[in-house]
Amino acid sequence: MLDIAWLIPAFPLLGFVLLVLFGRRLGEPFAGWLATIASAGAFVSTVVVFFGLAALDTAERFHLVKLFTWIDVGSFTVDAGLLVDPLSITMCLFITGVGTLIHLYSVGYMHGDPNFSKFFIYLNLFILSMLLLVLGDNLLLTFLGWEGVGACSYLLISFWFSDESNASAGKKAFVTNRIGDFGYMLATFLVFVELGSINYDDIVSRAGELGSRSATLIVVLFLLAAAGKSAQLPLFVWLPDAMAGPTPVSALIHAATMVTSGVFLLTRLNPILAEAEVWSTGLVAWVGALTALFAATIAVAQNDIKRVLAYSTVSQLGYLFLAVGVGGYVPAIFHMVTHAFFKALLFLGSGSVIHGLHQEQDMRRMGGLSKLMPITAMTFIVGWLAIAGVPPFSGFWSKDEILLYAWNYDGLGGPAGGKVLWAIGLVTALLTAFYMTRQVILTFFGRTRFFDVRAEEIAAAWEARFATLDLSIAEANEVEEHALSAVEKARNEVSKREEALAKAEEKLVAAREAVAASDASADAHVKLVKALERAEGAVPKAEEAVLKAEEKLIALVGEVEEAAVYGKELQTARVDLRNSRRATPMPPSQVTARTEAPVLDDDLSEYVPESYHRRQEYHPHESPWTMTLPLIVLALLAAAGGGLNLPFTSELHFLEHWLEPSLFGHEVHVTASASTKWILAVVAVLVGLIAIVASFRVYMAGAVDPARVEPEGAARAWYVDETYAGFFGGPGRALFDGLAGFDRGVIDGAVRAVARGTVALAQGMRALQPGFVRSYALGIGLGSVLVMVWFMGRLFV
Amino acid sequence: MEVTATWYLVLSAVLFSMGFVGLLVRRNPLIMFMCIELMLNAVNISFVAFSNALDDIAGRTAVFFVLVVAAAEVVVGLSLVVALMRRRPSLSVDDLTSLRG
Repeated sequence: MLDIAWLIPAFPLLGFVLLVLFGRRLGEPFAGWLATIASAGAFVSTVVVFFGLAALDTAERFHLVKLFTWIDVGSFTVDAGLLVDPLSITMCLFITGVGTLIHLYSVGYMHGDPNFSKFFIYLNLFILSMLLLVLGDNLLLTFLGWEGVGACSYLLISFWFSDESNASAGKKAFVTNRIGDFGYMLATFLVFVELGSINYDDIVSRAGELGSRSATLIVVLFLLAAAGKSAQLPLFVWLPDAMAGPTPVSALIHAATMVTSGVFLLTRLNPILAEAEVWSTGLVAWVGALTALFAATIAVAQNDIKRVLAYSTVSQLGYLFLAVGVGGYVPAIFHMVTHAFFKALLFLGSGSVIHGLHQEQDMRRMGGLSKLMPITAMTFIVGWLAIAGVPPFSGFWSKDEILLYAWNYDGLGGPAGGKVLWAIGLVTALLTAFYMTRQVILTFFGRTRFFDVRAEEIAAAWEARFATLDLSIAEANEVEEHALSAVEKARNEVSKREEALAKAEEKLVAAREAVAASDASADAHVKLVKALERAEGAVPKAEEAVLKAEEKLIALVGEVEEAAVYGKELQTARVDLRNSRRATPMPPSQVTARTEAPVLDDDLSEYVPESYHRRQEYHPHESPWTMTLPLIVLALLAAAGGGLNLPFTSELHFLEHWLEPSLFGHEVHVTASASTKWILAVVAVLVGLIAIVASFRVYMAGAVDPARVEPEGAARAWYVDETYAGFFGGPGRALFDGLAGFDRGVIDGAVRAVARGTVALAQGMRALQPGFVRSYALGIGLGSVLVMVWFMGRLFV
Repeated sequence: MEVTATWYLVLSAVLFSMGFVGLLVRRNPLIMFMCIELMLNAVNISFVAFSNALDDIAGRTAVFFVLVVAAAEVVVGLSLVVALMRRRPSLSVDDLTSLRG
């Protein structure tokens, strides 16, 4: 029964190959169905293997299925083989189970995407890689899966790569993961050097041969690898950016499966962790605890619905590391499973919200969706209760186990160290409950803010209004200038007319003198008199013209004054507008369920951009059944997942008994008394409830200004990205330039020197090839003679 | 006077030397071919002589191999010579130096 384990990865492999060959032709939705069936097939085979494994005796639950010899070089042999044991099958169950649900969900979510079938190619390839990662019976096969999931993660984050920011988010994830992979490779080399084998079988049976020194080094290097893949400090920066991918990807890869592979690896290698010095496992626990706290503080101030969940994932992965570090492998796997349920649920729920709201991701613009999307809201609330640690939902049981193991820890720093870890875990739990409650309130309760006019739309409306006003000011200025030039013209006209008048008067005087001086009887006299009459007539005409011109001038001056007054009025209106803009409150950057709709006065409303009107016509809606069915199934699992490992009696520790054969007795057993356990559980529940109530006070009742609980630094992720960018762009850059110089000068130089030496040697040897056949023949002949002489010599000596 | 193996060996050596010298001093590829054939058959003679003297069939067997190889070599070589003849009016191997290093 166990030998059919090869079917588990074979199904997604088949799906992948079929989709590569026929995906485009199948198109939507059949490509999606094919991929879903492939994943479901893997799930069914896993269930069959699970029952086969469960039927065996506990001691026999470590089964190797050899497929073929992969590498055989000298003493180094690697088989492509599968290791079927409780740990790998547990991982496979939730990878294929949750994976199938997410495939189904994607059929709905990716509806209408031009690259529909490509998406499912990547999803099946991802499932295949992930299964190889957990099923591989040696470090190299696991590494193959490890790199495979990394590549799929890269491909899927930048799935919508035409947007530059998505493409660079994919690159960021890939590059950050390479740092971890470096640790993985070094650790693998070290294991081979020390043990001469990289099979888990040998590692398990011969881990004792490792010195504690090298075991410690291996653990630290694998911690680096795990910190990269599982987004721990200081390599967590890629995960929030990975939200650029489609939401099902965030749920499958960046919440439920791939990011847990670091924890899986450390659990798989528990015999080495047991050999390592105490400080290295303590380091694992501390990295986890600090990451959990750090990411939780950031999640409190995020407004993007997926980013909250991304930081929440980083934080919950920190819990898993904490659990592994304190030796609680069972709680780690337990929380990994329940986390896979509720975080996939939360991610898919947020995807459903985003889908229903036309790709809107900002929680400040959601609210009141419980009426519009009842199924999504109900299932999301189940996920919230699970992650917030409310009994009896699954998250409570698993998180409580981790806190109990942390309390119990007495390795690094003794019992006090354990208490500190426990306290950090508790504060993280408090923050978790707080920000998840915030998210639920902002998304599903209060007023539906989706239709509200948005800050940027108001700004755009103001801009449009100013632009209109500026336009009329410019017009008024133009009119004024125009009038001014008309006035100038009129003035010229007036002075011209006045000159004409003066000339006419001069003529009149001259004419009078001429008449007086002339002889009255002469013929000329009559002419002169006529001229005088004409001159007398011209003067009043000229006077009239002057008057007219002056009247016109006065009218024009009046116009200019009017235009100037109008222009001034407009200027004042602009100042007023600026003042009123300053006085108008913008929508607050932090909202609560009670935040009122931003007002849009009538003058402004006609300037609001098109996007606002389009949104008013859009109807937020519940998602199709392909998306809600996975939500419902996951909600049931998230609610009841705690039943896997109930703490009350030893018989109810199902998961612990099940995983025992994979842990070889390396798990820690809690020594705390029953009453301590009860007190710890009650404290954890109380803390969670306090956080939920506090969050309700802030975001539902509006008793506290949210700005006071959302520090600017947290919203900017404590400036980690900026610091990294500043360092690697500045001093780091100089270092890398130096290294690149070394590479160019010394390493490339050596390679080039070898090349030049070869060329020089060849130049020398050219002389031996003159191209004359007969000289070759002579050479062969002389050579033969020499050989013969040598043989003869040997014969006779 | 009995004809011993030595006679044949001397004959073989003489023929071989003639072939070798011919190979070195002549420039016509056809003649050089003949010289090579001469050398091969000189060796064949010594093979047969030794085979007879030592009463071992292996020597005669080797001759057949030599003959077959020589025939194959003539096929290739002569076709090359014919192809070259077509291209060049007079043929001297010393002109064929396009493979010079």
